[in-house]
Amino acid sequence: MSKYYLNYLDELESEAIYILREVWAQFQNPVILFSGGKDSILVTHLAKKAFYPSKIPFPLLHVDTGHNFPETIQFRDDLIKELGVQLIVGSVQESIDTGRVAEERGKNATRNALQITTLLDAIENNKIDCAIGGGRRDEEKARAKERFFSHRDDFGQWDPKNQRPELWNLLNGKHFEGEHFRAFPISNWTEMDVWNYIKREGIKIPSLYLAHEREVIWRNGSWIPVSEHLKLEENEKVETKKIRFRTLGDITITGGIESDADTLEKIVAEVAAMKQTERGNRSDDKRSETAMEDRKRQGYF
Amino acid sequence: MEIDKNQLLRFTTAGSVDDGKSTLIGRLLYDSKAIFEDQLEAVENTSRKKGHEGVDLALFTDGLRDEREQGITIDVAYRYFTTPKRKFIIADTPGHIQYTRNMVTGASTANAALILIDARHGVIEQTKRHAFIASLLQIPHIIVCINKMDLVDYSEEIYENIIHQFEEFSSKLYVKDIQFLPISALDGDNVVNRSTNMDWYQGAPLLYTLETMHISSDINKIDARFPVQTVLRPQREGFIDYRGYAGRVASGIFRPGDDVVVLPSGFPSKIKSIDTMDGTLEEVFAPMSVAITLEDDIDISRGDMIVKENNQPKPLQEFDAMLCWFNNAPARPRAKYTIVHTSNEQKAMITNVVYKIDINTYAREEDDKELKMNDIARISIRTTRPLMVDEYRDNRITGSFVLIDDATHETVAAGMIV
Repeated sequence: MSKYYLNYLDELESEAIYILREVWAQFQNPVILFSGGKDSILVTHLAKKAFYPSKIPFPLLHVDTGHNFPETIQFRDDLIKELGVQLIVGSVQESIDTGRVAEERGKNATRNALQITTLLDAIENNKIDCAIGGGRRDEEKARAKERFFSHRDDFGQWDPKNQRPELWNLLNGKHFEGEHFRAFPISNWTEMDVWNYIKREGIKIPSLYLAHEREVIWRNGSWIPVSEHLKLEENEKVETKKIRFRTLGDITITGGIESDADTLEKIVAEVAAMKQTERGNRSDDKRSETAMEDRKRQGYF
Repeated sequence: MEIDKNQLLRFTTAGSVDDGKSTLIGRLLYDSKAIFEDQLEAVENTSRKKGHEGVDLALFTDGLRDEREQGITIDVAYRYFTTPKRKFIIADTPGHIQYTRNMVTGASTANAALILIDARHGVIEQTKRHAFIASLLQIPHIIVCINKMDLVDYSEEIYENIIHQFEEFSSKLYVKDIQFLPISALDGDNVVNRSTNMDWYQGAPLLYTLETMHISSDINKIDARFPVQTVLRPQREGFIDYRGYAGRVASGIFRPGDDVVVLPSGFPSKIKSIDTMDGTLEEVFAPMSVAITLEDDIDISRGDMIVKENNQPKPLQEFDAMLCWFNNAPARPRAKYTIVHTSNEQKAMITNVVYKIDINTYAREEDDKELKMNDIARISIRTTRPLMVDEYRDNRITGSFVLIDDATHETVAAGMIV
């Protein structure tokens, strides 16, 4: 076989670098949406590669629900220091305090949907014209139709029926004032690709992804971590389990899975044998069949 | 899995619900174990609600709410699966005539096209449309799946007849590599596993064909082209005078020491180094993303192209192209659009519609000059400055462009230079 071909991870890497450079070339004021999850960590790593030997030429934006894993915040702050880039924080607590949004009520109340307002406010206040996200098309059926460059109108909304066609490698980031774009450089990666690449590159990730002992309760089919933000129901009891998280989000809704995978090698093996999608443990997606699409239309990640 | 050897193969499928396209994709995902339990559960629930017996595989590819409600596919949807041999990206596009733009979009990056034919109906208008688009977009490999063989008693004669019909009309098209397969997506015959119902078929099943298809030669390795995306000037310790030209190799091979020319200025230089964060490289080819440094200090910016001295694209300000019109608003005669070609942007004007093509009959229409949504035409175009172009047939990256309407910022057309 000819030596002039790339393996699939190199090709995905090259595609992501290309997209990140297009963002930098086509927009005035882009940011990376940084959640502390593996996908945004991966995007940040790829941005490092795209602009080396320069620093990443734009800030990271963290939409802080106030319901964080402490490990995530520590990880974020260490990474910012290492990269020498600016961090912008959009605070959901502040949006609640200033009356921009109201806290959800009821048993399964989360701050997930509230993030939309905080995110859109942060985008407007900082005059951000492109927010780079770690969204992947394999995550969810509405995301399967997402473009690399995804247009948002001046209310931050996505119109899935009126998307710009993307052909070859030609990306159209033209927009009017007030509108912005979301860019998704790792659109074509699957969960398995992400883990294989993290392992290959030796990318640092929060310890939460590795199996560890933690106090949890069983709710909605997964192990929800005990935290100051969790309200226990009558019949729920706290147990200590060896778990790890497949995705990281708001601590009140991110469910862990029982696992012994405490190294990257073991995680890759475990993911390969996985029978549930990673968002299967996210109660925000379980609300209805079109939960993700509905949130995306309004301006969600 | 030997991940360091596995390639990525992008293929496109076109078809409507009726010819079993969604079922085929569902089957590939299901049989290659790319479906998770919670997805299966959701699909089983929906299948039951709709009164289907068993699992309706087609539901795996349903996406947006409107699509589920109307039972149609609106947009290009991307699906992923991996086998021990390859990673696959499917661009799943609807086959209705009004969605030509989606088929074209899905086809633009594909290594292979899957064309589905219902064995009961043979070649229909839609088949011709799909074959035409695959050939227009120069998809290197075409696999024609003759589906629903179970409904024609697995008849070899019917299969051979359809191949004959297909070859008859496709002789007018430019297709490099074409293969035929008799399948039943519903039952899985010849999809992942070899069919026991068609002993007369000696070829490989679909998945094996996709896994072993030779795609390394699809990339142009002759004409070295490097469009500059952005300039890296770190201005920090250790890199005070560093000036790297960042981009992705469009085609050909570059090595340090190569004699190059920067277009459009025409300044000659030599490649000093090819850099990545992981170190310098001795050789790069498409589609690698790197930074190139040159021996000479030349003024280079986004939109410029680094090429080999002895092999250069043509600087053209007027050329012909096959154009697909994508927008609800028809093309305005002699209006100016922004043309995006590699990383370069200029203004352009469509000066003439040479002919329009009826994609169902391949007939040329020379009198109708209006370009409407989903029309495909040969046009003449003029740009404000020369573009560094190759023919699309030789180079999918430097031979392609899109047009953007400055009033709406929408991408209104895609073109292939002839």
